[in-house]
Parts: sequence; structure tokens; C-alpha cells
Amino acid sequence: MLELRIARRIGALELRVELTLDREAALIAGPNGAGKSTLLRLLLGVLRPETGRIALEGRTLFDAAAAIDLAVEERELGYLPQDYALFPHLDVMGNATFGLARLPRRERLRRAGEWLEKLGVGHLARRFPAGLSGGERQRVALARSLARNPRALLLDEPFAALDPIARRELRGSMRSWLQEWRLPALIVSHDSADAVLADRIAVMEHGQLVQQDTLEELRRAPASAFVAGFVSATPDSA
Amino acid sequence: MRLRAASAWGAAQLFASALLGLFLLLPVVALFAGSSWDDFSSGLRNPLLLPALRLSLLTTGSSLALVVGLGSLVAWRVARNPGRASRWMEAITQLPAVIPPAVAGVGLLLAFGRRGLFGGWLDRHGIALAFTTPAVILAEAFVSAPFFVQAAIAAFRRLDENLLVVARTLGASPFRTFARVGLPLAAPGLAAGAAMSWARAVGEFGATLFFAGNMTGRTQTMPLAIYTAMESDLHAAQALSLVMVLLAFALLFILRRLAPGGALPGTELPGA
Amino acid sequence: MLRLPCAGLVLALAFSAHAGTRKEVVVFAAASLREAFTEMGRRFEAAHPEAKIALNLAGSEELRAQVENGAPADVFASADQKHMAALVEARLAQEPRTFARNEPVLVVPKGNPAAIGGLKDLPQARRIVVGVPEVPIGAYTLRILDAASQEFGGDFRAKVEARVVSRELNVRQVLTKVVLGEADAAIVYRTDAATAKEKVEVIAIPPALNVLAEYPIAVLTRAREPGLAREFVELVLSPAGREVLAVHGFLPGSVE
Repeated sequence: MLELRIARRIGALELRVELTLDREAALIAGPNGAGKSTLLRLLLGVLRPETGRIALEGRTLFDAAAAIDLAVEERELGYLPQDYALFPHLDVMGNATFGLARLPRRERLRRAGEWLEKLGVGHLARRFPAGLSGGERQRVALARSLARNPRALLLDEPFAALDPIARRELRGSMRSWLQEWRLPALIVSHDSADAVLADRIAVMEHGQLVQQDTLEELRRAPASAFVAGFVSATPDSA
Repeated sequence: MRLRAASAWGAAQLFASALLGLFLLLPVVALFAGSSWDDFSSGLRNPLLLPALRLSLLTTGSSLALVVGLGSLVAWRVARNPGRASRWMEAITQLPAVIPPAVAGVGLLLAFGRRGLFGGWLDRHGIALAFTTPAVILAEAFVSAPFFVQAAIAAFRRLDENLLVVARTLGASPFRTFARVGLPLAAPGLAAGAAMSWARAVGEFGATLFFAGNMTGRTQTMPLAIYTAMESDLHAAQALSLVMVLLAFALLFILRRLAPGGALPGTELPGA
Repeated sequence: MLRLPCAGLVLALAFSAHAGTRKEVVVFAAASLREAFTEMGRRFEAAHPEAKIALNLAGSEELRAQVENGAPADVFASADQKHMAALVEARLAQEPRTFARNEPVLVVPKGNPAAIGGLKDLPQARRIVVGVPEVPIGAYTLRILDAASQEFGGDFRAKVEARVVSRELNVRQVLTKVVLGEADAAIVYRTDAATAKEKVEVIAIPPALNVLAEYPIAVLTRAREPGLAREFVELVLSPAGREVLAVHGFLPGSVE
């Protein structure tokens, strides 16, 4: 369970979000500049909220009142930035084992290898990121994050870097993975087609959540013009 | 009318190239010409050569280690932590580049000489700094530091921040992120900066002469040996100069191999 | 990348450890003593196998400044009394003894392009090089020119100085300019001229107008090897030492 209730002012943007995810995926939608990526940075610990609290599986990651602020590397969050950020100087196995440095070598290779296989990119273990397609890179990045057994996943525009065919293909895979893993997941996207991945959609505008509900509810009673436009563009979940 | 202006412009460029090219080449060519092989080899046997070569390699190696060791940490901090303190630090590291070497030598002496600001304290504790081999290392480090630090700051700035954030989410401490992701990816830029820094240190003359003196075996680096050889053995001066020119050519070759274009993909900022 | 600083550290340590095999006696000597003291050092090392002589040759004023600024040294041999006196005054040197004297002479490039017949003709040289006034040879030169002005006319020194194109930091650099043909005339010590005898011609300066350079030597108070330093000074003052100096053209330290 991921609970967050945080606020932070950044320049002209006043961000205030309250959200609870119980082993479900939420799509964070909104126009440019709404603060979606900022929200992720606040969760990751790269940016510090001014007030509020973040808790994950009973662990407090941040609490302004109690002066708790865990370092990024202690939060056990899996993160996929927009371009997947694979380490170009390491091969696929090197990338996948990066987060497992505490384990003995054999265990490291086994665990990373397992995840790479599970995501269908085990055969690429010796290849370098530069030679991989967008879809392959995404899977390697996922394997890399998941090998650490994170307690929540944060995905920033996961398909923006892909061509439409790869996009459709991976969206399908992602949907079944998310349903299989049952991790709290936050997916930031401006693409309404990604709504199929999530159990819930949270729409941000100007740093605030304007509506948070299932796709059907958003369609039935959109809270703003943007929401209305967003859900009308959304294809019906297959 | 247009045609005449165009060819006059073309001619001016050609003329400038010829003039500048000749001017820059002539002294180097003169070093190679103007002496027979016998003169050159007798010059190579001058007793000043080996101690100077050994000292230059030892001191520039040490000063490079100092500059790279400290400079990498400083550059990382400045590049990844923008703010007023970083801006000041960056300006401080640029200082030696705008100070004439002789002035640097005087400054070093006033700071670390026996009668100097800090040197007085050192002297009372039995530590002599001026006119010793460590003084050479300090003088070289002083004048060459900006070249490495500037290049390192630029190289670290070019890193994609996402790579560093992801590394942290994968459990890497800030140090491990620096050592396992930042350093390797910035390595080509760092290496080029180190090469420039080393070149500056090898050629350092003024600051060394003033702060470290000119004693064979102890503080007489290659440039100082050439200066001294001019007093007694011109062929030795020529031979030493040729050795340094060859070193310079080698360095130029290395630098061109490390120039941008050797950067790894992923070190450019998104959108680049 | 981390290997580089480590390697450098190892190098630096190795380098500092290297000096430990023989005891090093550091001798700061005026540039004109180059050949004589190199020979002197060899003899000393032969007689004292546990010692190694490290020579620092430069203009006397430069050496004195280095000592004043804390340069580690054991012995100082100057080309005039002034710089030694300054160090004695500052309690950096003790008990100086004059061990040699030297005769300034006029030198011209081989072939004598300016056709200088004697000191009197000096103003007709187009390019003259001298030492800076702070360096012994420079100071002696000025005294010679002043004496010459008494003899040849009050503006003699001014006329000569009008022809000076460069002032050098030690006597060997003065000599080099003549050897290279960059100067038509200069004043150096007779011993220096002897080191370049194929390339220069020597013209004596009239003894009445000339000054004899006096070379004092002393052990420095902050010497790291005071015992060996004293023995080196003793060697210089001994008959064997005096012989080495005489071979190189130096005059004895005192009139005997």
C-alpha cells in the first residue's frame, strides 16, 4: 500500500496531492506542466516536499512533522524514466545486476537472469544498450528495477519513446505484468491509450488532483474540460 | 565587382594561412634542422637531460594525481550541485589560468616560503617547502589545475541526470553513483582534461623557477634544464627541446583521439 | 579512473624514499664555479663514499634569496662578499672564508666584429651585454666602468650603458650571449672565458681600473649535514682544493 499526502511549491506551481494505492496501478494524467513528473521526483526523494507524509507498505519514507526523509537509495522504489536510462557503459546483464551489488555474484546473476528471461530479453544478456530496440530497452530497464523487488513502481511516460507498433505490443505485455505482480504502480502519461493499464486514473491540473476515479466514472462525470477531452480520446478497454 | 571582392577575400584567407602557418612552423622546423645527428646525440648525453626527464615525469605524474584526485571531487560537486557556493568554487578553480605563471610563482613563495603566510608556520615545524621537489609538484598543480577541473565540470554537467537518479533508486549511494556511473561515463572528457592539464604542467617554467628554484636533480624540470643548458651547451638545449617537441606531438595525437565524438551515447542530455 | 591518483601517490612516495641511500650535501655555488666545483664534488665523493654532492649553480644573488626563503642547503659559495655578508647578518651562514679570487676580463666573439682593442674601445661595440647590478659580475662591471670614467672621461660609463642590450642574471648567461654572437662585447670572469676559448677572444682590463672578485665560502646554519659540509669547505680551502681552483683559472684567495 502506497499512501501519500504531500505539498510543495516550485516556482509558480503549487503542488498538492493526496493519493492511496492498494496494490493497484494508477495512471497520472494531465496537461503539460501539471506537475506529473514533479510528483514522481517528490516520491523518489530527489525533491523534498514541504509538508506531508509518504508511506509505503507501512514504512515511512517521508514525514515532514517527524523530520523523516529517507535517502533515494533506501526507498525501495522501482523507477523507469522516459528514456529508460540504461547505463550505456554496461551490458544488459551489467545493467540488470546493478541494483544487486549486496548479493554474492552467483546469486546476483541468477536473480537478474531470471527477470530478464521473464521479460523476454534473457537472450540479450551480453548486448549493450546502444544496439537494442526501444522495446527491448524498456524490458531490460524493467528487469533491472524489478530484480530488486521494489515495493512500488514509478513509470514516467513508459511508451513515449516507442513507435506505435511497439507501443501497442508492450502496452499489452505491461498490462498483464502489472496484473500479475500486483505492485502499487504510478504511471505518468499524457497518452489516454495508456488508461488500460490502470485500475484508476488520477488527473492533475496545475499541481492539484482534479479527479481520481475509474475510467467509467471519469466518463460519466468529468470534473473538467481536460478530463472530458482525455476520456473521450480513450479507447474502450479491450 | 562581386567577383573581385570574393577573390580578394579568398586571397586574404590564403595569405593569412600562409603567414600564420609559416610563423608557427618555423621555430619547430628550426629545432629539427640546424644540427647534425652527432651534435644531437652528444646533446642527448648531457648530464642535465636524464635528471630533468626523470624529474619532469615524476613531478608531473604526482601533480596530475593530485589535480585529478581532488579535482574530480570538486568538479562533481560543482556540476551536480548548482548554487552560489558552486559558482564561487568554479571561479576559484579558474583563477590560476588567468594569473601569469611568474606571478603565480611569486604568490606561492609569499604563501609557502619560509617568510610566507603559511610557510612561516611550516618552518617552525621543520617543514621546508620552497625550493624543494614538492614545491615543483605544487607549482605544476597550481598552474595546471584549471585545465582539468574545467573539463571535468563540463563532462559531469553533460551527464543525463536520469542515469544518476536511476542508479540511486537501484540502491547506489551517492558515492557509488559517482564512482560506478558518473566517472565511467564522463571518462573521455576527464581524460582529455587530464591530458591538457598534464601538458600545461610539463611546460611549466615561471612558477617553478620562482618557487622551486633551478637545481639539477631536485627542481630542474625539462623546461628549466633547457634554460640552463643554453648557458653552456647549445646542442643539449636543442636535444632537450626536441625531446619536448616529440612529447608535445604525442600529446596532440592522444588528445585528438579523445576529443568529443568519443563520448558514449547516453551522456548527451535528452533532446541533444 | 581511481587508479590514476593511486599510481601518482605511489610515485611520489617512491620518489621521496629514493633520496635515502647516500647522505646528500647541498652546495649552493656561484655560476662561475661550475667546472671547478663539479671537479671538487667528485673529489669529495671519492674521499667520502657515504656522501653525495648536489650542486645548485646560479647567480649569487639568486642563491642568497633562495636561502633566505628557506631553501634547504648546506654550503654557500658566493662570487662576492656582499651576498655572503647578508646571510651572515641574517644568521643563516657562519664563519665565511675567502677561498679564491677571480679576474674580470673583456670578451668579444671570435673574429672581434666590433674591432675592440681594449677597454677604452668598449663604447664602439654596437651591442653590449652585462650582468644585472645585483649579481656580482654586474656589480664589478659597474665599478670597472666608474673607474674607467675617471680615466677616459666622465661620460664613459653612460656611453657604454647606452649600448647595453641585455642584463643577465648570472655570468654564464652573459658569456652565452657573446658565444651566440648576440653581443659584440661583455665583461665576464677570466675563468668563464676559458670555458669557451674556441668561441671568444679575451681582452685584459688594465689592472689599475680592474676589480678583483673575492669568493667567500661558508657552512649554512640550517645545514642538514653540518659535519660533511664543514669537511667540504675544508677541502675547498686545502692545497688540493686550491689546486683544482688554480687549474680552472682562479687566483688564490689571499695574497701569499
